[in-house]
Amino acid sequence: MRQLCKGNVAVVKAAIMAGCRFFFGYPITPASEIAEYAALLIPQVGGTFVQAESEVSAINMVYGASSAGKRVMTASSGPGISLMQEGISYLAGAELPCVIAEVMRSGPGLGNIAPEQSDYFAMTKGGGHGCYRNIVLAPSSVQEMASLTLLAFELADKYRNPAVLLADGFVGQMMEPLELELVEAALPEKPWAVKGNLETRPNLICSIHLTPDAMEAHVRHLEEKYKQCERDEARWETYLTEDAEVLLVGYGIVSRVLRSTVDLARQQGVKVGLFRPISLWPFPSKALVETARRTAKVMVFELSTGQMVEDVRLALGGSKPVEFYSRVGGNVPSAEECKAELFARMEVSV
Amino acid sequence: MSEYKLVHGRSPVFYKRFERKEENQHQTHYCPGCGHGVTHKMIAEALDELGLQDRTIMVSPVGCSVFAYYYFDTGNVQAAHGRASAVATGLKRANPGAIVISYQGDGDLAAIGTAEIIHAANRGENITVFFLNNATYGMTGGQMAPTTLVGQVSTTTPWGRRPNNEGGPIKMAELISTLDAPVYVERVALSDSKHIIQARRAVKKALELQKQGAGFTMVEILSPCPTTLKMEPKMARRWVGETLAKEFPLGVFRDRKRVFEPISVPQASLAEVLGIDGKSVTKEEGHVRRKHTRATTLKIAGFGGQGILLLGQLIAETGMREHMEVSWLPSYGPEMRSGSAHCHVTLSPERIGSPMVSHPDILVAMNEPSLRKFGAQVKPGGTILYNGRSLPEDLHFDGVTVACVPASAIADQIGSTKVANIVMLGALLEATDCLPFTTAQEVLSSLAKNPELTEKDERALEEGRNYLDTEVMVGAQAGPDGCGE
Repeated sequence: MRQLCKGNVAVVKAAIMAGCRFFFGYPITPASEIAEYAALLIPQVGGTFVQAESEVSAINMVYGASSAGKRVMTASSGPGISLMQEGISYLAGAELPCVIAEVMRSGPGLGNIAPEQSDYFAMTKGGGHGCYRNIVLAPSSVQEMASLTLLAFELADKYRNPAVLLADGFVGQMMEPLELELVEAALPEKPWAVKGNLETRPNLICSIHLTPDAMEAHVRHLEEKYKQCERDEARWETYLTEDAEVLLVGYGIVSRVLRSTVDLARQQGVKVGLFRPISLWPFPSKALVETARRTAKVMVFELSTGQMVEDVRLALGGSKPVEFYSRVGGNVPSAEECKAELFARMEVSV
Repeated sequence: MSEYKLVHGRSPVFYKRFERKEENQHQTHYCPGCGHGVTHKMIAEALDELGLQDRTIMVSPVGCSVFAYYYFDTGNVQAAHGRASAVATGLKRANPGAIVISYQGDGDLAAIGTAEIIHAANRGENITVFFLNNATYGMTGGQMAPTTLVGQVSTTTPWGRRPNNEGGPIKMAELISTLDAPVYVERVALSDSKHIIQARRAVKKALELQKQGAGFTMVEILSPCPTTLKMEPKMARRWVGETLAKEFPLGVFRDRKRVFEPISVPQASLAEVLGIDGKSVTKEEGHVRRKHTRATTLKIAGFGGQGILLLGQLIAETGMREHMEVSWLPSYGPEMRSGSAHCHVTLSPERIGSPMVSHPDILVAMNEPSLRKFGAQVKPGGTILYNGRSLPEDLHFDGVTVACVPASAIADQIGSTKVANIVMLGALLEATDCLPFTTAQEVLSSLAKNPELTEKDERALEEGRNYLDTEVMVGAQAGPDGCGE
């Protein structure tokens, strides 16, 4: 049974399905519906919604509820995410799982509320202090806003680390059919949590390791976790790449546009395919190299002046020429525009 | 020989050994004469007396008491600087049965964490805050605190705190007591035995209130920091009593029950909340999939308030019930509140690529600016529906079908300007055959909440269809007067 649903609303419904009963947030366009629907829906199933006094407080409330072993989430956009970075670093340092939905808008500064993909670095490289990573998933449809939210909760618990749903204003605001199946969420045991009882009395949630040796051991432990995550959790999707001469690479809303670009180009007999990273961290480097092996050229499209393209270039290690096209400020290129750019770089005259 | 009884043993709420340091694990890391040791002892003893050890979660802040978790044999969570009361909020909400203590110093609570403490107090979080005010930053080496006295020398106020530069000391107990929710706020001082006994009473009372679920409690504890004051412990205690307590008067600032009318939330099943309970308005009812061979793209534009976005949603919903893939993309943000609004709708037999429509098959222009802005983008062979009796004289569109429908005027006749979008929906379905009329009718009636409006909506849909049926020959190139040529 499908329902016509907004991307931001799908996040909340999926969170509820995942057993998340705690949401701490602060409104910001274009992510506000997530907080609004969390406020509407979560208390109806016995959960807690608190509108915090700031994103700083919201992420620290998340820290508290996660310390107690609960599935918990928050949502925000660029400026709010900047404020949360301190807390995210603490969550990663204390190995606390949580889900953070970011619906990206234009920046830097106040920017505007139109879609951009300019927080890729902040989320995938670690916007806060210290050696840590966020698990970052990039939905490109309303259905994926739900399915990747579910996955984010699972991965967060599995790795005891923040997981980020990195969407953009368009995917958050658009409506598409959403299919949900009612399944009981399997909530993992969290013997490390602090629950205010005899059993968990010895537990400590903390990111301090005072001596250099202890701190090094901790950072190495995190590093191990991240390596395992890189081995096991890369996700991607391809479209018509078998015979592609040029491989287009884009995520989120851009991947939707590029899917149409592939169709348009092929209508004109130009063989192109699409590689869409679903996990931005870990970046699906191996799969990209494998997919690009058969193509002559790679072209990256982003709503930023060049962030993910760095990971594409790192992955390919100079083995293929990488072209780049970007729009920023809230402009999203049409499929026709992307095709024109592609043809210009391919020196195809059509 | 008289027998001696041990009266000051170590509380069982403390660990037997303090692993903070490699040696001397019977001692804390606090300096001799520091108020933290006394405060820790008071808290531990009160927790023991109240039988709360197992239930307690101590939130350690940043500051000298960052290592409180080395001492309290309770659940422990360490927080970022200033965030202890936000972390405590999350902990308490997730563990309502726990006793959550937010232990904070003056820099943590009254400078960097001012927002967190004020709002935790204002929400009436059922936590206890022990606020240690020693008028200095101890851990970082004696910089100015928000509670540093005017004229008091610190490493960042080398000429003394200057009111003309740093303002004056901030009085948190008084500030918190201006809020409605807190149930108990008291300021005490660790200046001498008499006052320490009073402080002990306050600490226990605050915890007892939390145990009862009474609400937000805070004890501000004026405390000596001999190291940064560069005083003997005895002198430092005297300074707290004679100087600090003069600026920060001791006493009970709030001690009352919280009275309010709670507003309850109706409970629902998971299926209801997720919209998959079968009662959902959005379910698809056994339609046979229509044989659409290609995608139809629409752009709908007009003024904010004309129901532009809703019209798009109705079309998308109808398409979905016809088992098509659909996408609806709005213009969003400030535009929604004034000026223009538009949305893009795609109906397709296959997975949809870009949800953005740059060259629509169908344009619904609910006002003239939209027609001027988007009219030329319509694909050759496409359709324009315009809300008006005729096109503006200077506009002409070649190669597309134009249907002029005075939707707003028809809506006014029906008795509600609001239904102009539904009039246009009726006309659209008649003009383009992109979706079946009956499914749209079902969508409309299932979404409506107000019976009076439902009736008007149904009429609007019907009249939109009829208008085109009788007034305009669709399929022909329409002239500027709206009639087919």
